[in-house]
Order: sequence, then C-alpha cells, then structure tokens
Amino acid sequence: MLWIELFLVIVMLLGAIMAVSHKDIINSVIALSLVSLITSILFFIMQAPDVALTEASVGAGLSTAIFVMAINKIRNRDRNNEKNS
Amino acid sequence: MFKMYIYFIASFGLFLIGLYAVLSKKNLIKVILGLSLMETGVNLFLISLGYVNGGTAPIFERALSPSKMVDPVPQALVLTSIVIGVSVTALALSLCVKLHEKTGTLDLTKIRSLKW
Amino acid sequence: MKKILSLIVILTLIVAIWHFLPALSKNKAFKIGHFYIEHAIKDTGASNVVTSIVLNFRGFDTLGEVTVLFLASLGVGFLFSGNTKNYKPEIQPSLILRVSSRLLFPLFIMFGAYIFIHGHLTPGGGFQGGSIIASAVLFLYLGSKDKKLPGHFIEYLESLSGLGFIGIGFAGILASNIFLNNFMPKGIVYTLFSAGIIPVIYIIIGIKVGLELSKIVADLIKGEENV
Repeated sequence: MLWIELFLVIVMLLGAIMAVSHKDIINSVIALSLVSLITSILFFIMQAPDVALTEASVGAGLSTAIFVMAINKIRNRDRNNEKNS
Repeated sequence: MFKMYIYFIASFGLFLIGLYAVLSKKNLIKVILGLSLMETGVNLFLISLGYVNGGTAPIFERALSPSKMVDPVPQALVLTSIVIGVSVTALALSLCVKLHEKTGTLDLTKIRSLKW
Repeated sequence: MKKILSLIVILTLIVAIWHFLPALSKNKAFKIGHFYIEHAIKDTGASNVVTSIVLNFRGFDTLGEVTVLFLASLGVGFLFSGNTKNYKPEIQPSLILRVSSRLLFPLFIMFGAYIFIHGHLTPGGGFQGGSIIASAVLFLYLGSKDKKLPGHFIEYLESLSGLGFIGIGFAGILASNIFLNNFMPKGIVYTLFSAGIIPVIYIIIGIKVGLELSKIVADLIKGEENV
C-alpha cells in the first residue's frame, strides 16, 4: 500500500510541474485535470468518500470544462481580430 | 509515520509549485492555474491532518459495530472549500475573458494602464 | 529577474517548512470529532456523520457557502450579459453524439437526483449531485447543433430554491425559537425518511447548486455578438 501511494504522489507532482511549465496552454489544463483526479484517489485512500466524490465531479469535471471554454472564447476572438484587421 | 510524511510532502509540493506559477508567469491563465493548484494542495493537507492509523470512513452502517473512525470535522471544512474554489476560478476566468476583450492581450507586462 | 526572486522565496519556504514538519505529526487534538461521532445518531438521526455536521451542527456555514456560489453565478451572468446569440459549434457533432446525448441526459439527471436524495445515508449530498446535473447539461450542449436553455424557468426555479432554504430556517424559528433547528420528526435510523429536515434541505441545495453551475456553463459557452 505504501508503494502505491508513493507512485501516485510522484505522478501527481510531475503532472503539476508539467501544468506550470508547458508552452501550450491546453496541455497545462489537461495536466491540471490529472492532478485533480489523483487527488480524488488520494482522498479515497484516506477514508473520506464524500470529499473524493466532490473533488472528482467538481475538480476533474467542471473546472477543466470551464477553463477550456474560456480559452476557446479568447482564441476565437484572436482569430476574428486577425481576420478583420 | 512515514505515511504522513508522504502526504505532507505532496501537499506542500503542490502548494509551492502553484505559488511559483502565481509569482513568475506572464500569461494570465497560467496565474489562475497556479491559484487552483494552491487550493488543491491546501485541501489535501487538511484531510491528511485528520487521518487515524487503521480508521474507517465516518459512516454508520446497520451491520457494523463502531470501530475507530477518522476525524469528520476536516472533511466538512474541505467540502465547503472545494466548492468555493471552483466558483472563484469561474469568476476569475470570466474576468480574464473581459480583460482580453478590452485590451486585446493576455500578457501581464503589457497591461499597464494603472501605472503612474 | 522575476524568476530568480520567486525561486529564492520558494527555497526560503522549503527551509521553513522542513523545520516545522516533525511538529505537525505529533499533535492530535481530536476531541470535537469524538463528540460529533458519538452524538450524530442520537441528535440528528442521520447515519452519515459528515452530512450531520454540514447541515445540522454547522448549518449556518452551509448557508454562507450557498451565498458565495450564488455571488459567483451572479458575477459571471453580469459579465456576459451582452451576449445574446445561441451556441453554434464550428464542427457539427456526429450522429452518434447527437442521439446518445439525448438518450443519456435523463439518466444523468436521475443519477444526480439519487445522489442528493440519499445524502444522509450514503456518501454524497447536495453539492455532488448538483455538479453531476451541471455536467449533464454540459453534455447536452456538446451534442447539439443549436441550443438555448429555457432562460427564465431556470432563474425562477433557482430563486425559489434559495427562498426555500431560508424559509425552512425561519420555520425553525416558528417551531422552536432557533434558526435552522432540526424540528421535523427524526424517524427510524438507516431508512430514507429519517433525519428530520436534512433530506429536505439537501434536495433544495442540490437543485440550486445544479442550476447555478449549469447557468455558469451556459453563459461561458454562448456565442458572441459582433463576430
């Protein structure tokens, strides 16, 4: 059980480093979703099922979707500004 | 004992990586990403403080006799904190979209209209 | 320059945390947790201890959290109030996505409703069920060519749920002189109709949070005016 938690924590920290330092922003948002998913698994291992359910449905589902929709709006406006000017 | 150290290192590592993103990135969306990482780190730290070795989930069942349970008070706090975190992220991202509409850029070093 | 300064700050924090880390794992003040675990079934009748803390012992904090979520939804709706066009995706969704989104949408709503109705017996509750309902609405948007939510119905239902929460609090004042008191009969433990006002408030919170989060999603995904 100890080796599973160590492996999950190392993958989570690598995902967080990739979320902060990647050039493309969509890859950063997907790495944030990976961090949220592994956090939900760690909450479940620590015997907290309510919190794991909340983090999985809110962090790995809605938060990523809100980020992607906002980035999509900004890119559409950039593309329209380049087309018009 | 070693199990606790893993969780403390994980939560403080997430917090410090998020703090680095807030302090030194130029893209505004990366700053909000760092804020969200910091909130996830703090929530993980709060839940790991209430863990008891060999405890079970704090839910009573008909056939089970109550044995050791983990602390339920940090779980109630973190439930509130996760929902508030996602609402702050949503409001900050819509402010980013409006800022891009008014100034045309998302670079923090170019948005300087309040500089004296 | 900014990167070097931020790295110095982070290294200072790492040294400070390393200094205080052994003191964190010795201190276990668990007394109020024991009080809530022992008194959960006697005082409230709910078998999920976290639910009885969130809605019965510390119910006022839940009122504050519902207010913060309402403020965020209000802010996003106010910032995007100028957009009136519907949602039109650039790449049209395929046949499988269109059919399956219409078939699976009522099943998602039923699953979310199951989670917030049984909040006092199994892990779950109002916030979890509400966000599943918002994910169902997002799924419906992704599988449609041209969609607009029925706007006024959602806003009226959400305001009525907010008023319902405060109304139950005031009914507690009328019944026993304490705001948000658990005045309904406690029932038999481990069954569905137990734990007083806790399932009623969780149904109201589940509807309210689900509608607020789906309104945030619908505001962010709408089209723009002068494109």
